[in-house]
This record gives sequence, structure tokens and C-alpha cells, in this order.
Amino acid sequence: MSSFWSAWIIVLTLAFLVGIIWLLRWNMSNYTGIKEGELMDHEFDGIVEINNPLPRWWMILFWITIVWGFVYLALYPGLGNFAGLLGWSSSNQDVRSLEESQQATAAAREAGLIVEYDRQVDQAEEKFGPVFAALSERPIEELAQDEEAVKIGQRLFLQNCAQCHGSNAMGGKGFPNLTDNDWLYGGSPAAIKHSLMEGRNGVMPAQSQFNDQQITELATYVMSLSGRKVDPELAKAGEANFMVCTACHGQDAKGNQALGAPNLTDNIWLYGGSQEAIEETLRNGRNGVMPAWKDILGEDKIHVISSYVYGLSQE
Amino acid sequence: MSQTNPQQIEYNLKVVRQFAVVTVIWGIIGMSLGVFIAAQLIWPELNFDTPWLTYSRLRPLHTNAVIFAFGTSALIGTSFYIVQKTCKTALFSNRLASFVFWSWQTVIVLAVITLPMGLSSTKEYAELEWPIDILITLSWVAYIIVFFGTLVKRNTSHIYVANWFYGGFIVTIAVLHIVNSMAIPVSFTKSYSLYAGAVDAMVQWWYGHNAVGFLLTAGFLGMMYYFVPKQAERPVYSYRLSVVHFWALISLYIWAGPHHLHYTALPDWAQSLGMVMSVILFVPSWGGMINGIMTLSGAWHKLKTDPILRFLIVSLSFYGMSTFEGPMMAIKSVNALSHYTDWTVGHVHSGALGWVAMITIGSLYYLIPRLWSQTQMHSIKWINTHFWLHTIGVVLYIVALWISGVMQGLMWRAVNATDGTLTYSFVESVVASYPFWFIRFVGGLFIVAGMILMAVNVYRTIRAGKPTVEYVDAPVEHSSPAPTATQSA
Repeated sequence: MSSFWSAWIIVLTLAFLVGIIWLLRWNMSNYTGIKEGELMDHEFDGIVEINNPLPRWWMILFWITIVWGFVYLALYPGLGNFAGLLGWSSSNQDVRSLEESQQATAAAREAGLIVEYDRQVDQAEEKFGPVFAALSERPIEELAQDEEAVKIGQRLFLQNCAQCHGSNAMGGKGFPNLTDNDWLYGGSPAAIKHSLMEGRNGVMPAQSQFNDQQITELATYVMSLSGRKVDPELAKAGEANFMVCTACHGQDAKGNQALGAPNLTDNIWLYGGSQEAIEETLRNGRNGVMPAWKDILGEDKIHVISSYVYGLSQE
Repeated sequence: MSQTNPQQIEYNLKVVRQFAVVTVIWGIIGMSLGVFIAAQLIWPELNFDTPWLTYSRLRPLHTNAVIFAFGTSALIGTSFYIVQKTCKTALFSNRLASFVFWSWQTVIVLAVITLPMGLSSTKEYAELEWPIDILITLSWVAYIIVFFGTLVKRNTSHIYVANWFYGGFIVTIAVLHIVNSMAIPVSFTKSYSLYAGAVDAMVQWWYGHNAVGFLLTAGFLGMMYYFVPKQAERPVYSYRLSVVHFWALISLYIWAGPHHLHYTALPDWAQSLGMVMSVILFVPSWGGMINGIMTLSGAWHKLKTDPILRFLIVSLSFYGMSTFEGPMMAIKSVNALSHYTDWTVGHVHSGALGWVAMITIGSLYYLIPRLWSQTQMHSIKWINTHFWLHTIGVVLYIVALWISGVMQGLMWRAVNATDGTLTYSFVESVVASYPFWFIRFVGGLFIVAGMILMAVNVYRTIRAGKPTVEYVDAPVEHSSPAPTATQSA
């Protein structure tokens, strides 16, 4: 912040605390003109007040907290731009990007300042980094058989993945079920790890070239692909327009894992399999995003989560 | 004071009666809503798949109903009573006072309609949309004029300490409401805050914590300073203690908001300042408790026989407990455990149910017979039953949420020693909380049962009496206040 606002905060804070001290000292003296322990010379609807002194223990407590306040503000950031004698901060202040944050971390390390968040991350990394480095040496298939590794992977999954994929990894609308062995981008250990590391973006374009009738026909045809009972006339009418879809979903409609295009013949529906939901998918398109986790968790932890996810579909 | 041929002025007790009655009604509604949403936490099916019955819409209705319908109606009503009685004069304007009542009730009814509809500014404790915010402002300005107008035309030399607290509460709430509610309307029912990012959060919690500090603390201390000495029939313990704790309390509270934003995007300096002031605030907060409880010295035996006094004194004990707990929770390292857990909810309710509700209930039991020409409530025994129902309810509530809150905080931070992963998922902490949510729900049932008993008692008392008409002597010539004062507060 600018030095003006810094000075503003410092002056306001110190003047305020001095004011509190003055208030306390003023009321420690008997300025009322009434002897202590006697009634004040006014009454309100029958209520009178005694001119008792401030309770001693209470007054001492007040002094202690005020002195403590000054000490705290000397040690920690509080008075504007004054960083405090301990050089402590909770995290990098005033950063607007990852790069700025990394620069600030490096600068603080150089200056010997304590950035609490960085310090805790460093401590955790130092302590647990080797544990995950050792696990990542082992192949995913092998880890999936190791009870301890699976438990670690599950805990990481519950902390980081369950928000979308659910605690039981069975997903929800727009979030794939990870236990059914139906893979949009492939279920090999390498493919799973790649999904976690780099993220995925599954785009179904909106088919705005079709009118409502054509959308209904096409949706009916798509439903017929998984062997569901549909109006054969409608399905037949939709078949011709399915040509557009084969570019991604393939001639056999079994999808394409290189593109993340779903298999349309297995009756597993990411965005719902009702006529209505399929029509909505066709009409408005879909945009599924799996974030990239490599900068958040690091490859070693992702390796362990990958083994857990791989194991889910092997049971 | 003068003189010959005193003219009689009639106190405006009608508006006080109106506020007293709605306080009881809103209390039952607001607290029942609380019990209902507490039940929804355990049995989510209770939203009946109906949007306006969901937790997310009823929770703000619950908080608005208890703070602004129950609590604020109690505050406005008692302040109109106390300012007249302690200033020996009638209200500044009966028409404006009536406007305050009807406009404030309109605000509440609009809240009851719009919040379940899902119309919300999304600011906690300030969810009402901009047209209602404007009505609140108008109502509040009228309140300021009536209250301070009455103080100005008082027939006493000094202003009684209860009125300092009411005055501080009224002025500060006006400032807080206007600054925090600044928004750009995009339609009649939707607006966006004028502030952005961390500034918005800071303004929100500057408002939020001072709603607690001024409405739920300073205002009710005003109530305490009248009804405790009246019911105990004892002098107030220390005049100078009231001076120092009043000024220290209102000036320290205004700094305390940042403790709601520890370890967030709020800069460290603001967090530290908020924490330091919150901790110092502990001492002047206790000043009020000491002055209230010590007022009883020489009359402790009355607690044995007088359930109204019991309400008042136990409320002060809860006040003392909450104002110790609050500064402690404002300390960063404690907050790191307590924040976002049930502990916060328990803390708020030990203040709201223990302090605010109990001082209000006790005060109403004192006030209602005096407003309807009775010497006492219909049944003193029922007051005693209410006292125990309420006390047991509050204790069940806060103890349950202390345990679940600390448990949640510990579960969230538990780390496996071997690999550093978190031991529990969030859902596991939810599952572990169910038994305590059930106890909280039972506590709420006790409290609502007590409120219903109160309503019956109040109804019987009113039915047996008739509206009090009370006059005060006032000088014909309005001379300036007596010049005998040595020190003006």
C-alpha cells in the first residue's frame, strides 16, 4: 500500500490505543465530586448509580491486554507497511499471479523471512516427499495391488477428486463414473495418469444445423444404438443425419478414445440417457472439463492416485 | 425542574405494546424456523423437494427473523419505553413512532416473502434486496428522529446509561446498513455489491461483526441497564465502570470485523489489527457483565424466588461466556481450528439464545404486566418453567455444537503420520456430526416450547388487563435542564 495509507493506519491505530489508555486512566480517578461508594447525584425512573471504583482485577486485565496489543503489533504485521520485528507473514502478500507468488517465495527465503504457508509446504515436502517419490518408482499395476498404497491413493482421491467424481468414484451428471470400466480417454495406467496430469476437455459441439424434428429423430436413432426400444420410424428418419456424428463417434458409433468421444452403444450416458437429455446434448452441445493436476499435486502423488483409479475398474 | 402548575404528558405506551407483542410472535416464528432447518440437517428429506423449503433459503429467513424481527422489535420497543421513562417525557412524535412500527413490520413481512423466493443479495445478515434496504433506511431514520428527538426534549439533567447504549446502537446500525448495502441494481429484485473481492468481504464483515456488536450487544446492554436494576430494585453497581466500558466497547468493536477473515485473501496487517482489537475488547465487554451482576449485590436471595431476575442474571452469565469465547476465537491460532466449524454456530447461539433471548424474555416479563395495568404476569410458575426449558435448551445446543465443532476442526486437520495425507474426508466429519446435530435439534425444541408457554402467559396477562395510561409531570415553561450537574455524560 502507499506510504500515505500506511501512515494513516499507523496513526489511527496508535492514537486509538492511546485514547483507550486515557479513558481508562480518567476513570481510575474519581472525577465525579461524589465520595466513592456513595450514590451519584442523579436518578432515572427510580434507578440510581453508585460511584464505585473500577474493580481492580478488571482494571489489571485491561492493562495487560493493552500492553499485549502493543507487543503483538511490534512483532507481527499490523501497523501499515511495518512488517513486524519477527519478519512473519501468513502467506505472500499482494501477489497477483503464480509467477509473482514464486518470486515472492524466493525473495522471502533469501531474506530469511518467515512465510507461514511456504514454511508448512516445505516442511511437508521434506517429510513426505520421499514417501511419494518411492511409490512413484513402482508401476501403477503393482501399486494397485498394494493395500497400503491403495489406502493412500484413496485418501488423496477423497480430498481432491471426490468433489466431482463422488466419494464412491461413481460420478454424476457430467462427471464420469470411474468404476464401470467404460473409459472416455482410455483405461490403461498411462492413459489414466495422462488424464490426471494434463487434464481433459471433452467438447460435444451443438448441432444447430438441425431443426427440432431432426433433433428428435437423431436422438431417437442414438437411443436405438444401445438396443433400446424406440419408435422405429423416427429412428430410421434420424439415421441419415447420424453421418455427421460418425466423424467423432465412429461408423460403428463406438466412440473414439483419442478424442474422448463416448461410445454410444453401451447405454452409459455422461449427461443422461433420456430422450430429453440426449436432445439437449444435441441441441446445445456439452463441454466437459477435467482440470490438469500436475501443478497442484505433482507427478508423484498423481502416480499414486492413478493406481487407485486404475484399481477401481479392475475389481 | 419546575415549578408550578405542571402539565401532564401522556407516555406513548401504545407503540411499546405493539412492539412487545410482535417480539413474542416473531420469536416463536424465528426460533421454529431454526428448529426446522436444524432438523433438515439431519433429515434432508424435510425440504420436500420444494425450492422455497430448502435449507439455503430458510436459513437466511431464520437469521433475519430472529435478529431483525425478534431482536430488533424487542430493542425498538424497549428503547421507546426506557427513553420516555428515564427522560421523563413522551416520545418526540407519536406519528413517526407509529411509522417506525409499521414500516419495520413491513420490512419483516417482505423478508418472509422474498427470502424463500430465493431473492438474495447473498450478503450474510444483509440478504434483503435493494428496495427493502431502502425501506429499512427510511424506517431507521424515523427511529433515529424519534429516539434522539426524545432525548433532546428530556426533562432530566443527565442522560441515563441505558440510552447511551441504545443511541450508540441506533446510530452505528444506520451507518453499517447504508455502507454495506451499497449496490448497483440490475432489476427490481437483483443488485450487485458496489465493492469487489477482498474489499467486499471486509465491508461485509465490518458490517456483520458490528451487527453483533451494536445490535446484539450494545442495544441489549441498554435493555440490561434498565431492567436489571428495576427488577432487582438495587442501584447500578458503578457509574464510572459504565462510562469506561461504554466508550471502550463501542470504539473497539468497530475494529473487530477482520477476525471473520483470518487466513483469507485479506492482508495480514488487517487480520492482525482485527485480532488485537478483538482481544482487548474482551475486557470492556466484561465491564457490562460485572456492572449488571454486581448490581445484584445485597439482593442475591431474590434469585431464589424471582424467575424474571433469574432470566436477567443468567443472560448476563451467557453474555460473559460468549464475550470471553469470542475474543479467544478471534486469536488466529484458535481460529485456525474453530473457523468454518459448528463451534462458530454454537458461539453465535450462546450469544443469541443465552444473552439476547434471555435478556429480552426477562425484560418482557417485567414490561408486559406494566403495559396492561397488571402487577405481574398471569403465572409466575410458568415463567419459572420457561426459564428451565430455555436454559436446558441453550445448554444442550451449545454443548452439542462445542463438541461437534472442535471434533470437526480436529478431523479436518488430522494428518497421517506416514504419508501426510489427510486422515478424514469431509463427508466423514459430516457423518460424525449427526448425533450432535440431533442434540442441537432437541435443544431447539425445548426453547420453542418455552416460547410457546410464554405466548400463552402473555395472552392471558393481556386479556386480564387493559392498556395502561400513564402520565408524567412536565414543566409548563420548558427551561433548560437543571444547572446542578457536575459532569455531563
